[in-house]
Amino acid sequence: MERIVEEFKKASADPIAYGRALKEDGRKIIAFFCTYTPEEIIHASGVHPMRLFGTTRDSSAADRHLQAYCCSLVRGALAQALSGELDFIDGAVFPHTCDSIQRLSDIWRLNTAYGFFADVVLPVKLTSASARSYFEDVLAKLRSDLEKGLSTRISDDDLRASIRTYNSIRASLSELYGFVSRGASPLLPGDVSALVRGSMILERSAAERLLKELVRAHDGIGRKDTNLKRVMLVGGLCDHPDIYRLLLDSGALVVWDDLCSGSRYFEGAIPEDGDPIANLAGRYFERAVCPAKHSSTTARARRLVEAAIRERVQGVIFLQLKFCDPHAFDYPYLKETLDSHSIPSMLLEIEDQLPPEGQLLTRFETFVQTI
Amino acid sequence: MSAADSEKPRKFRAAKRMREIMTEYYIEAKGAGSTGKKVAWITSGGPVEPLIAMDVIPVYPENYGAMIGASHMGGDLCAKAEAMGYSTDLCSYARADIACARENGGPIGGLPKPDMLICCNNICGTVLKWYETHARYFDVPLFIFDTPFCHTEFPDIARKYVHRQLDEYVAFLEEACGRPFDLEKSSEVGRRSLEGQRLWQEVLDTAAHRPAPMTAFDAFFFLALIVTLRGTQVVVDFYRELLSEMRERIEQGVWAIPNERFRLLWDNLPVWYRLKWLSDTFASHDACLVADTYTTAWCGSMKYIDENDFFGSMAEAYTRIYLNIGVDEMAKTIFSMIDKYQVDGLVMHSNRSCKPYSFGQYDIMRMVQEEKGIPCMIIESHMTDERSFSESQTLTRIEAFMEMIRQRKGLRS
Repeated sequence: MERIVEEFKKASADPIAYGRALKEDGRKIIAFFCTYTPEEIIHASGVHPMRLFGTTRDSSAADRHLQAYCCSLVRGALAQALSGELDFIDGAVFPHTCDSIQRLSDIWRLNTAYGFFADVVLPVKLTSASARSYFEDVLAKLRSDLEKGLSTRISDDDLRASIRTYNSIRASLSELYGFVSRGASPLLPGDVSALVRGSMILERSAAERLLKELVRAHDGIGRKDTNLKRVMLVGGLCDHPDIYRLLLDSGALVVWDDLCSGSRYFEGAIPEDGDPIANLAGRYFERAVCPAKHSSTTARARRLVEAAIRERVQGVIFLQLKFCDPHAFDYPYLKETLDSHSIPSMLLEIEDQLPPEGQLLTRFETFVQTI
Repeated sequence: MSAADSEKPRKFRAAKRMREIMTEYYIEAKGAGSTGKKVAWITSGGPVEPLIAMDVIPVYPENYGAMIGASHMGGDLCAKAEAMGYSTDLCSYARADIACARENGGPIGGLPKPDMLICCNNICGTVLKWYETHARYFDVPLFIFDTPFCHTEFPDIARKYVHRQLDEYVAFLEEACGRPFDLEKSSEVGRRSLEGQRLWQEVLDTAAHRPAPMTAFDAFFFLALIVTLRGTQVVVDFYRELLSEMRERIEQGVWAIPNERFRLLWDNLPVWYRLKWLSDTFASHDACLVADTYTTAWCGSMKYIDENDFFGSMAEAYTRIYLNIGVDEMAKTIFSMIDKYQVDGLVMHSNRSCKPYSFGQYDIMRMVQEEKGIPCMIIESHMTDERSFSESQTLTRIEAFMEMIRQRKGLRS
């Protein structure tokens, strides 16, 4: 098991090195930044879709283009693109989510030359029949943009094969997460996070195979009770493995999350028969939404409470990326809803660098002791 | 003539009328409970004409945000929102308005409660979150008019989507008002809306005259009507009156800045709580802000409106407004404004409250410098939260900027 987890950890800790190596093997790579990217379509074209987390030691290259009040994800991604760190990619795709990603797309288009470029201007409201049919139109447009841009053809069967791969990856991730939540795994929550993030980096057929192997390796492993408090993480992206470790040191186990580097990535299976584009669109209407999308005014809180009850969560930690408006807008309401269900929560504002470890540990310990 | 006398002719006659109209408007809106009229809260770039056609009173939290800012109440209200858990990095209009909705504080004792909410995301994603908050608090129906972002194009699939939403909007209004939509009346409203936009553009165009009879600060003031009441006859009559006053000024030689030497273009929303200070500071350099990208946005997509089919073409026009387009498209608009108004320098308000308006400004600034060769400067603030503004830093920047402009024109300070 260790060997497999290590592969995912390595890829998620240094996606650039992984991408470069893949490129040397002759693979084309298209980068993306958000789970609203219909990766399956890119994958079906034979190109490798790779998520970038904007994690970089130095985002100063972005200073000429973006104000200091832009989130570190967008600043980091642009800095990587401008500094040449991404010289291995063959293009990028920008789904419409938040205002910042939307402007990143413009600035990227005007200042970089990575070959393929596409805006995937998805609907924001995911409630109406017209939005559903527009969503399908947008996916079909991406398919034909990719076909033109890469001089290839993406058949329905290619798409169905890709959907099967992704369904398998998502199902395995979901199972593995469940093992860890139930205490029926030697893996740690930080490992599961690396598996999810690594699944967005690794060559997908390899990811599929390795994850299946990991699931099989859990056969016969019994449940072990622990005294650890059960906590849940809520926010956008969490590319900080240290958070999981420090929480463990504080006596808490992350048993579930609402993160786009977590459950929002792998929830929801796609039907494998029928019109693949319509099926792909369908998943986005059913999965938990990112707060930049609208499903209903109460859906996020309802799902949060349901998950907290289902996973017997004792405390919720909001990871608020500094300057991320959609999440910041939802926080007061989500917190209020948790309060009304007597579920304690804490807010941790994060930037590209975490606060000093000692300080963070103290905050976690204080929270964990109160729940 | 004393200093006070020389000020007199520069005051606009229309300002009094405008205040009267806005007062009447808010009195009517606040009295909606007793008249049985419905009140809809709507975003500033939202399709208001169907509301006017249905005799629903549109109320604009963003206009209210501007009032809050101008009355220096933003800091306190934003602090209240922060105590409720809203981050200080969020839009200050939204923070202040959310706090007001809960506390009934703010100017005019708060806004009248909404019967419905209309949110059009053509200006930002923030309005979606802001209106979701209101929808939960007031427990009223929310209609989202979802306008796909036009980075480089407005494809047919987007056209189809926004068209279908017009039908959904009509159905929503029929349900909310309990009566059928009157297409004939809506065409009439559409004609008046277009007429109002044309007149507003003509008013703004008068500042192309050298020297200019008005400044962007005047435009920020007179903007309120095209935002709140477009589609009504009052707006058409008012801007017609204002336009003739502007023309009169040009004939009589009444200039906004008596010794206008430099002409500047403003980008982004105003700094509502420092309008007078900024106006005086630029005036002290004989600089006139002759135009701005913000007030122009309410007449910038007229080219997409078919005057014989307002209703059929409005969805496209609302989707292709200034903020819902790519940075390079925005730069093109700025280039043409620089030419049209013969501008010597660009003042960009880097507005922490408005990320879609502000991210990309650095690129636009470089394009302007390369293409037009004029100096540019950045002023940073939160448009309605006066706690975020540094007067001394801004003053230093303005002085350095004006010095650059003078040098470029071969003038000594």
